[in-house]
Amino acid sequence: MNLSMKWLADYVDVSDVDIRDYCEKLTYTGSKVEGYEVLGEDIINVVVARIVKMERHPDSDHLFICQVDCGAAAEGIQQIVTGAQNIFEGAIVPAALPVAHLPGDVTIKAGKLRGVPSNGMLCSFGEMNLTEHDCPGKEANGILILDEDYADKIGMDIREALDLTDTVVEFEITSNRPDCLSVIGLARETAVSFGRPLTLHTPEVKGANDGDKIENYLTVGIEAPDLCYRYAARVVKNVKIGPSPLWMRRRLRAAGVRPINNIVDITNYVMLEYGQPMHAFDYSMLEGASIRVRRAAEGECFKSLDDIDHVLDSSMLVIADEKKACALAGVMGGANSEIKDTTATVVFESACFLGSSVRVTAKKNKMRTESSSRFEKELDPNNAMPALQRACELVELLGAGDVVDGIIDCYPTHKPEVKIPFEVERMNRFLGVELTREYMVDILEKLECRIEDDMIIPPSFRGDLNLMSDIAEEIIRIYGYNEIKATYMNAETTQGGRNPKQAFEVALDRALYGMGLDQIQTFSFISPKFYDRIRMPADSKLRKSVVISNPLGEDTSVMRTTALPSMLEVLERNNNFSNENVRLFEDATVYIPSENEGDLPAEKKVLTLGMYGGVDFYAMKGVIENILTLARIKDAVFTAYSEDPAYHPGRCAKVLTEGGAELAVFGQIHPLVAADYGFNQPVYCAAVDFEALWENANTVIDYKPLPKFPATTRDFSFICPEDMEVGSIISVMRKAGGKLCENVALFDIYRGASIGEGNKSVAIRVTLRATDKTLTVEEADKATKKILKDLEFKLGLTLRA
Amino acid sequence: MSMKENLEQIRSEALAAIAADGADLEALRVKYLGKKGELTAVLRGMGQLTPEERPVVGQIANEVRADIEAAMTARKETLAAEALERRLKEEKLDVTMPGTAAKMGHVHPLNLVQRDLEDIFIGLGFSIEEGPEVEYDYYNFQALNIPEEHPARDTQDTFYITEKMLLRTQTSSVQARVMENKKPPIRIISPGRVYRSDAMDATHSPLFHQLEGLVIDKGITMGDLRGTLDTFAKQEFGSDTRIRFRPHHFPFTEPSAEVDISCFVCGGKGCRLCKNEGWIEILGAGMVHPHVLEMGGIDPTVYSGFAFGLGVERIAMLKYHIDDIRHLYENDVRFLSQF
Repeated sequence: MNLSMKWLADYVDVSDVDIRDYCEKLTYTGSKVEGYEVLGEDIINVVVARIVKMERHPDSDHLFICQVDCGAAAEGIQQIVTGAQNIFEGAIVPAALPVAHLPGDVTIKAGKLRGVPSNGMLCSFGEMNLTEHDCPGKEANGILILDEDYADKIGMDIREALDLTDTVVEFEITSNRPDCLSVIGLARETAVSFGRPLTLHTPEVKGANDGDKIENYLTVGIEAPDLCYRYAARVVKNVKIGPSPLWMRRRLRAAGVRPINNIVDITNYVMLEYGQPMHAFDYSMLEGASIRVRRAAEGECFKSLDDIDHVLDSSMLVIADEKKACALAGVMGGANSEIKDTTATVVFESACFLGSSVRVTAKKNKMRTESSSRFEKELDPNNAMPALQRACELVELLGAGDVVDGIIDCYPTHKPEVKIPFEVERMNRFLGVELTREYMVDILEKLECRIEDDMIIPPSFRGDLNLMSDIAEEIIRIYGYNEIKATYMNAETTQGGRNPKQAFEVALDRALYGMGLDQIQTFSFISPKFYDRIRMPADSKLRKSVVISNPLGEDTSVMRTTALPSMLEVLERNNNFSNENVRLFEDATVYIPSENEGDLPAEKKVLTLGMYGGVDFYAMKGVIENILTLARIKDAVFTAYSEDPAYHPGRCAKVLTEGGAELAVFGQIHPLVAADYGFNQPVYCAAVDFEALWENANTVIDYKPLPKFPATTRDFSFICPEDMEVGSIISVMRKAGGKLCENVALFDIYRGASIGEGNKSVAIRVTLRATDKTLTVEEADKATKKILKDLEFKLGLTLRA
Repeated sequence: MSMKENLEQIRSEALAAIAADGADLEALRVKYLGKKGELTAVLRGMGQLTPEERPVVGQIANEVRADIEAAMTARKETLAAEALERRLKEEKLDVTMPGTAAKMGHVHPLNLVQRDLEDIFIGLGFSIEEGPEVEYDYYNFQALNIPEEHPARDTQDTFYITEKMLLRTQTSSVQARVMENKKPPIRIISPGRVYRSDAMDATHSPLFHQLEGLVIDKGITMGDLRGTLDTFAKQEFGSDTRIRFRPHHFPFTEPSAEVDISCFVCGGKGCRLCKNEGWIEILGAGMVHPHVLEMGGIDPTVYSGFAFGLGVERIAMLKYHIDDIRHLYENDVRFLSQF
């Protein structure tokens, strides 16, 4: 809402208040000011002047040399050369005198045009940033020729002459205060904020008083009272369509509304002043001398004022005559009954519609207007009548027509008054202040609340006041939010903190930083095409995503079921930036749709890792092992996994608990996928199921005493086929070693010609220890023999010679 | 030469030899103290002495042996120390060369800020609640006093999944869930992702992070809200930080406020960061609306509470002077490694 300070002055006097202080004060009492603009600031040294003599420039076929009377204030007659063709001797024009400033950073200095001195410039309205709407009937391509009315204003600053000076304050009005989308509403806030009197005006309409009455023209019927609280109308005859006066045009302009003609301008003016949207119909276009407020028929066609065709449905309310819809209620009038230059009789509508209905109608028809944006916030039906009267008063003031006597006012159901108990003590306690009842009463009365029998009755235009807390807000915003003293909660102590799972997540992040991984954050929504990029099988369940019905674009249209594409995208970006040796992780969330329609998807945390440069499969495995260590998960099983097409089929593992619960999948990204993301080097990724990790984590630390007796180690070395997994060899050895077997560890792998193609030499150290004695050589040998026997029996392995 | 003189001569010769440069201590030991050494040879002649002389010469002989041994030990130690020193000099490393340990990873600035905030409120007795990002319209809007067709819905451009399911636009959606599951005293924060259909630019992202706070108990006042946020602001932005409230409207709080902090760069004098205002808008807050309490099954005539919500990106960008929100989601390691 843009407020003209000149307009505001009609209602409350704050002329002595600095504009910055004004803006700050209103912000602190709840009407947030976004900023202010001083109009006319950029027009300096332009005066009203009369061309007293003009002659052709001797060296030009289009320039004129004018002698211009700029009045006493501007040193009398000045010579100005101009190329304009619409001027004449005696014309009253704006003259920019050196050094003058015009909008758009234009500076006018004295100079010479083809050798002839020119001491300034004559101005068009465009050069002063005005439009044809500000200067109706004036030529856009020539100098602005002012009417003879300006004869006594020669020498006057053009801003004063054309009423261009004003200060416009831009308010951001919250949706609960539609009453403040008006000059009067903001005047009320201004008055209470500064403790100044508010001068309200009751419109007075003389009427034509000629025996004619509105019933001769019109009947009104509300056929959908659930959507229309009130419909009031008056008729104006003998209308003389023309431009509205300068002051009205200026005020509309300050508020950001384009002046059109006197009748339309009046409706806009009243809307801005009272906050009540109005509409004017050309009476001659109404068929059947009646107005019906009814639901639209399904598929009914309607062309709005802006010449756009709409197809309506029965949820929408229209203002219709006997035959057709003439306006979309509360949104926009129809082209069929628009005010034209020839309009002779006008019907003014001032009505009140159900906010939610207007909102839906405007939304469906993609037509959010000044009117609909007010109605949708639920307006006060009681405001309709003063606004209607104000419009008719302005008609008479402007001489725009004769107001036919009589008013039609259909107001079937009045909203009941709201009564709120006046609880002084409770409000003080709630707010943490100590205010007197008298102080509260004073504020409430200034806000036009009535207090009867310890009940507060808010004015009907304050639909937002219903509860104690609403009243408390009114009091505290005027008293001052920042007067509240900061206190500490005087309440039961609560034990805050992270729960064990949350704490584990933090510990996990910290461990990963320690392992050299940088944390990333990526979008939860992706393109469904990203599943193709990681070669997800067409029949994979993970292709079924939660789909956003109104996405910004395809790239962000589904909620991811895997965070792998997000990770690969970030790796790709870093690779493109030539960042080397990148190691990343994300505490990602994936969204798995529910089988049951209507249920929320499962949101699962998946720790996603990604690396390239200076790493191999085992570097990633090392990180996974450390994660398992952090979760105190022992005996996790790593098995080769070739089922995930995103990964290299021979370099991918699945991690399971002993019990078979899946913890993670990791490995080298499939070369085709890596290439698709622009890599010609190996990329390693992992997806760790955080929920499973946590479920299987051991939080209990059980200390085992340190060994008292020495250990015996035995080294084994044998040649085995390349595809035999070290894990299975170790597993056999561990089982064979039994209780005495403390540790089985790989310490060397060797491949070479001496061993033979397709073979590898594996060296493993077994640590044997008894908890209750020092092992004898015989006992150690016995265990060793058992290990060798099992290796040969189960895996066919014999010691290397 | 008497035996005594002989012994003295051996002593002085031996000590000189031990002290000489490049002395071969083992050879000297053999020469003087060995089985065939000079001292042993002298001692072998002891039998020729008179019984009176024997103990005197014997004592001298022992002294000479002890002196030579001590000198050898001392010399040995000196040589060892010198050798060590030489070796250590040769082992000198270039300490300016880089370390070889795996480089530390880095926390994402959003996680950094979020954890800071969590820790501040944990210190005030808050616990952390999590809620779904794909949420029912009910929890995101209706339970927050934003019925269908409420104009406030226009200001939050919502991503919908179905008519009744959406991507939450605010972490306030957790409020009603918490009230349904917990009885007062409630003192929780809820950090997480929220979604609005804003196209990405330097200051907007369709996905961002908020942190919601909710306190409900008997006798909670607006002064308590102020006190809590004051503590938060001082801990997060420095002990000189002041806060100010501006009246505002949120459907789920009444009274509602927008909260500014004094600029932590200029202290309120006005600078580029605060656009010369001296104040920076940081969060929205208010007293929980009675309707919201009622919908959560809590009696507003018995209990009161406050709620607040702040933007994690906004704080991260302010604190670390990040000029473009997109950096936070591009994850360029050159950016990440600064945190």
